[in-house]
Amino acid sequence: MDDLLADFLTETNENLAELDVALVTLERTPNDEATLSFIFRLVHTIKGTCGFLGLPRLERVAHAGENILGKIRDRALSVDPDIVSQILAALDCIKSIVAHLGATGNEPAGDDSALIATLNATASGQSAGPAAPPEPTPEPAPPTIATPTIATPVAPQAETIAAEPVAAPPSATPTAAAQTIRVTVDVLEDLMTLVSELVLTRNQLLQLARTQENGAFSVPLQRLSHITSDLQEGVMKTRMQPIGNAWNKLPRLVRDLSREMGKKIELTMIGADTELDRQVLEFIKDPLTHMVRNSGDHGLETPEERRAAGKPEVGHIALNAFHEGGYIIIEIADDGRGLSIDRIKAKALANGLATEAELLAMSDDQIARFIFRAGLSTAAKVTAVSGRGVGMDVVKTNIERIGGTVDLKNKPGHGTTFTIKIPLTLAIVSALIVEAGHERFAIPQLSVVELVRARKDADGVSESAIERIKGTPVLRLRNRLLPLVSLSELLALGVAASDDDGAYIVVAQVGTNMLGIIVDRVFDTEEIVVKPVAPILRHVTMFSGNTILGDGSVIMILDPNGIARATGVGAGTSGNDSKQIGVAATEIPHSDEKTTMLLFRANGEQKMAVPLGLVARLEDIPRDRIELSCGEPVTQYRGKLMPLVPISGMHDPDRETQSVLVFADRDRAMGLMVDRIIDVVDDRLTIELGGARPGLLGTAVIRGEATDIIDTGYWLTQAARDWFDGAAPAGQDARQRQVLVVDDNAFFRQLLVPTLGAAGFLVTAVGGAVEALRLREAGRTFDAIVSDIDMPDMDGLAFARAVRASGPWASIPMIALTARAEQRDAEAGKAAGFTDYVTKSRREDLIEALRGCLSDPAFQ
Amino acid sequence: MSVDVLERPDVAADNELVFVMLTVAGQTCGVPVAAVRDILGEQAITRIPLAPPEIAGSLNLRGRIVTAVDLRRRLNLPAPPDGHKPMSVVAEHGGELYALLVDQVSEVMSLKAEDFEPNPPTLEPAWATFSTGIYRLKDRLLVVLDVSKLLALSGEA
Repeated sequence: MDDLLADFLTETNENLAELDVALVTLERTPNDEATLSFIFRLVHTIKGTCGFLGLPRLERVAHAGENILGKIRDRALSVDPDIVSQILAALDCIKSIVAHLGATGNEPAGDDSALIATLNATASGQSAGPAAPPEPTPEPAPPTIATPTIATPVAPQAETIAAEPVAAPPSATPTAAAQTIRVTVDVLEDLMTLVSELVLTRNQLLQLARTQENGAFSVPLQRLSHITSDLQEGVMKTRMQPIGNAWNKLPRLVRDLSREMGKKIELTMIGADTELDRQVLEFIKDPLTHMVRNSGDHGLETPEERRAAGKPEVGHIALNAFHEGGYIIIEIADDGRGLSIDRIKAKALANGLATEAELLAMSDDQIARFIFRAGLSTAAKVTAVSGRGVGMDVVKTNIERIGGTVDLKNKPGHGTTFTIKIPLTLAIVSALIVEAGHERFAIPQLSVVELVRARKDADGVSESAIERIKGTPVLRLRNRLLPLVSLSELLALGVAASDDDGAYIVVAQVGTNMLGIIVDRVFDTEEIVVKPVAPILRHVTMFSGNTILGDGSVIMILDPNGIARATGVGAGTSGNDSKQIGVAATEIPHSDEKTTMLLFRANGEQKMAVPLGLVARLEDIPRDRIELSCGEPVTQYRGKLMPLVPISGMHDPDRETQSVLVFADRDRAMGLMVDRIIDVVDDRLTIELGGARPGLLGTAVIRGEATDIIDTGYWLTQAARDWFDGAAPAGQDARQRQVLVVDDNAFFRQLLVPTLGAAGFLVTAVGGAVEALRLREAGRTFDAIVSDIDMPDMDGLAFARAVRASGPWASIPMIALTARAEQRDAEAGKAAGFTDYVTKSRREDLIEALRGCLSDPAFQ
Repeated sequence: MSVDVLERPDVAADNELVFVMLTVAGQTCGVPVAAVRDILGEQAITRIPLAPPEIAGSLNLRGRIVTAVDLRRRLNLPAPPDGHKPMSVVAEHGGELYALLVDQVSEVMSLKAEDFEPNPPTLEPAWATFSTGIYRLKDRLLVVLDVSKLLALSGEA
């Protein structure tokens, strides 16, 4: 491609971006002479240049567009949305031709006569309908448009056009014909790399000089140091671009969106001249576009809905960018309907991101943040505009990749505000240097909130001592429980964790969660140049890069996000402190496999346990917060009264606080009062002795000690009669039969495993029909299947049909488990292949039904 | 070891190839001189936690970060004795620089093509994978190492 053409393409691409913005402005202010002549001149320039370069197709389209603009300028036509749409259609045609030119160097073949005819008809005053769509131009493979170049110093792009000796530029753009030259990005990148190296070498020299008292070098070295800093700053400046460059597509996007969706949308952009590194700019372009599109598509309502809600018809999307302490903050706010917490909840449940019990324990803000998790799109239907499989999770990942964070504020009925915080530049970051297991690591300052020195008082207790819950370290920090992770353990540095006393804790912010990283020593902060790690190390997500320190040694840069992911903090579900004690109860409960259980004491010194997955929260309730309702103890919990049930039949009124296990299902919660919470353990849950009295499933050996396993179902009914119908656990005369439980509701799965286990069955539980069928493919066999009916993806009926259709499970008994127990449903179930039909709340019926069909000779 | 010896031409004569000779666990090996970017003495190497075992760490080569691959571990050889000071042969693979840690780099030699033979079929699999063939020298055998295979480490290891 010759230089002339390359220059033309670069310039035309910039002009086209400007044109989109200007046309939308023109549509709003049709009488703005300055904007009109600005647009006219740009189109004229394109037409003129392509005539000169011999690009006939492009010239014809540009000419037709110019014709209309000329008529508008001469006031022969007035601006209306249809005319603007036609001009935009012409621009789109020009864009696709230019893209093809950039990729191949030649004009694509194609016929634009329909488009040109429409444009000419409009120009000659005939009111034609909507613009004929331009003939699709064969899309060139990737739209690599010439060599990417940026102007230096970066100025509003209109300035390059101002070189044209035509009329005065519009008032909106600066008039000065600034002296700019075009430099390819590669040159700037190389310069940046060299300057980074220079900075490192300078640091090395300074460190040497500090050890040597040689006056001869110190003065020139000082000068070198200053010049290096200035040079670094100067080169950084060449890479800075106004964020407006990432925004210039948005007015057009919003305009098209509002026409397509029949919504009235106004876009405000504040702080478009806020500068940031072009590398960062490239990274956030797509996430920003996506978020604005989301706001317009899902966030804002139709004019009718807005009127009905008592809001102005025109919805508002506001972008605001500003600098704050070395970071750039971008806010995307809309005044739409806000996020639907209920829909997010339902989606999170359906997709298995959280259990109902977990959801109940979350605040609305925490639930809203589920939209950042993979596999959760709240758009009820996929529109042409959004819902293309790119979700907010991708946005979050992209922003986190450049060391940024994204958060949201949701006001139901009043809109949603997203806040993005990103570093100004990726090239040089400030980092804290720490040591763990005799190795040094760098932690980006962006995520460091504070440093805490762990120490004990003489009596062994203090505000900042590391405490342990079964080896899991935590720190009480200003009345919050901060989960801790030992860096040397996490990175398997092979050094036994030294005495907690004297260790440092780096408190890091990961999304909205806090995490404490235990390190042995803390050194200085240093400006470091982030370099990517070698490809072979990319799978170690704990590192975001590596760098060379002033002393010449290589050091790994820790990624707090990766650390949080590796430790399970900040996965999006946690964030409430008492649950941090053990959130990892998501594995499939199988009575033959390990179950995470909460150990506690009640009834004096009796050890008891309950599967942790069943417990929503652990609370210590102050004595004076326990009140009486009809003689039964209750407490106010999250704005509701929660019944408290003492496990020992009475509670000790002398204690200052009462330990309570909170169980929750849907909108109910109850608290079980226990004496003391001991520990969280992973062990096999095999109930060896059947329950001797109500409330206990039986006794199991946990960590070598006889431990009573409580029957959660029993205690739930103690709190509310209608929770289930109470049932004493069955005896254990059944033979060890293998039962497969299929239920998407983790709460019920957790409930059924110990219940059926106590009745003598070996239970395997899975969260869905697809998973169950996978077990069939894996060759697992069972004596019976218990399946829920209402499940996402594949419901119980389809599952039963699939089981009956063929394969080794075709003849084993299947019991349907459902909330609905109408005759019609039961018949549908039997027709699909279920042997029996049992209501979910009646557990004794289930055990009866299981025994019934297992003793039925038909199934022997 | 100075670098200027490497500036000799690759091909000394029509039927000769030039190799950098090195030893690892007593075995003489050769690497085509064209594949070698640098030869370094003992370096300060930063350990990389959680990296695959073959990765010894990373080191600073004139401002570039180079990943060090332990050739002994790559070839399933026993760990070197204590106090052993490895040398590095720096090579490029997929746009990245890697340093192969070897026991000793001795010299650069031109070898005649007629002395080259394919691997004997009984060669240990660990060696056979990474060797392209054998040169018969007067007093010993030289195993030609395939640098790109040695450095084709999968990140999932």
